[in-house]
Amino acid sequence: MTADALNGFHLEELPFLTQLSLRAGPGGPAAAAVETALGDPLPAPCTLTRARDADVLWLGPDEFLLLAPPGRQPYLAHELRKAIGPEFASVTDVSAQRTTLDLSGPGVTGVLARGCAIDLDPRVSPPGTCVQTLLARAGVILVVDDPGRIRLLVRPSCAPYLTDWLADASAGA
Amino acid sequence: MQLLTCPWCGDREEAEFRYGGQAGVPYPADPRALSDAEWGRYLFVRDNPAGPFAERWVHSAGCRRWFTAVRDTVTHEFLREAP
Repeated sequence: MTADALNGFHLEELPFLTQLSLRAGPGGPAAAAVETALGDPLPAPCTLTRARDADVLWLGPDEFLLLAPPGRQPYLAHELRKAIGPEFASVTDVSAQRTTLDLSGPGVTGVLARGCAIDLDPRVSPPGTCVQTLLARAGVILVVDDPGRIRLLVRPSCAPYLTDWLADASAGA
Repeated sequence: MQLLTCPWCGDREEAEFRYGGQAGVPYPADPRALSDAEWGRYLFVRDNPAGPFAERWVHSAGCRRWFTAVRDTVTHEFLREAP
């Protein structure tokens, strides 16, 4: 993919990350078992938690996405399923569903503001914010790691369009 | 652009949402007992008030959850949202 270091904006793809979809009702026994296995509580709406083995992204009241380095699918899925046992929950490997773009630099929020309605001011979206929204009309999961570092998870079919759009939006920054 | 309040995600642009029609239309207790006309009314006939109207909306570009909102059909003002 493209990399553009112009104007304090850098774009890099983080391909092949481990992504597991976790569906578990909040406050239920399955969620409690997962929290014990991860060593951290499941995230509140529109946030993520950084557990020992994976970042846990909030996608919905009973839906979470676990993000980990490439190749961790078998281990993580096995650990979670073992913890959940007979309780009501599901763990699904969705690693191929999205690719990840890592955006960094002081120009990041300015570039994203050209196509995204989410207020990325640190007072509104502090590090740890995780929202699903539209960026230039493409559906993305937007993760704020630091004020100058944002990860975008986007479907592979939209990724070339979105990188083109980001290159274009950052060119005039 | 008008902001709608998703019960889970908070204020978001209206373009992230999709409309799902009138809220609280009960599924017939015994669909086989309905005549064709009654079934047609269940499927297609909806209230059309000028004023507050309870509707289903889905935050399709966000958390993808359905919720019920009360919207004033005259002013397009959203009066309240609930899961």
